[in-house]
Amino acid sequence: MDLVTVIFWIIAVILVGSALLVVTQRNIVHSALALVLVFAMAAGIYLLLNAEFIAIVQILIYAGAVTILILFALMLTRTSNIQLNSNPNNRQWWLAVIVSALVGAVIVYAAGVSPHAVADVGNGSSQLPPGINNVVRIGQLLYSPTTYSYVLPFEIATVVLLVAIVGAIVIGRED
Amino acid sequence: MGLTLNHYLVLGAILFCIGLYGALAKRNAVAVLMGIEIMLNAVNITMVAFSFFNRALPYATYLTGQIFAIFIITVAAAEAAVALAMIIAIYRRRSTVDVGEIDIMKW
Repeated sequence: MDLVTVIFWIIAVILVGSALLVVTQRNIVHSALALVLVFAMAAGIYLLLNAEFIAIVQILIYAGAVTILILFALMLTRTSNIQLNSNPNNRQWWLAVIVSALVGAVIVYAAGVSPHAVADVGNGSSQLPPGINNVVRIGQLLYSPTTYSYVLPFEIATVVLLVAIVGAIVIGRED
Repeated sequence: MGLTLNHYLVLGAILFCIGLYGALAKRNAVAVLMGIEIMLNAVNITMVAFSFFNRALPYATYLTGQIFAIFIITVAAAEAAVALAMIIAIYRRRSTVDVGEIDIMKW
């Protein structure tokens, strides 16, 4: 096993373990802190996949902003017994176990048998040309108005963010 | 043996299932939101893995999966902000975040 494989297994085990902690902790603040670990380990997976820009964005937006947002929401919506059982399951939790296990089995089965999923897969060794790194390439794809770029979806995403900001302020305002 | 695409796909599937369980089984609305965030991260891992193991459109040329992941992160951040604002507004009105008790639209 080479180094990349070892690092992948370490990160994958921590990732799945902390995700299980998120859904099993009784104290919801502990769940939120385990969520930070999930986001950080996902950034590690992105680094293994040569996606440096996504990894940095993951750390900045998820581990930074979204987690702080969730912790603030927990602080503003305090339940009475936060130590004992602030993150309860509902009565149909066993049904949720069955449903999610079935969904997972279907996904793994489909990834195994689908001809489209496995037919045209490289070994992951393709590299960027020298002088062009990942961030440069993503910047060219997002901003440059060439024949193959994502300028229009990028602009639409800015409108989505604007609407989300205005909507969050309007919904959360005291009246 | 090296890492193949299936390693990353199975990892994404496991994470998606854990997030789905969290979104379905939890009663605290913020915990449901955490499950949804885990599901979105699982999909992002799958997208970036497809971009890395792509042979039809080489990684060096297109990076389409990573662009998809960036848009998913953008929409997820917007969704988290709006959802938490809604949770706080509901808490202010009804003093609960239990999704079983927020049933005013049920008939």
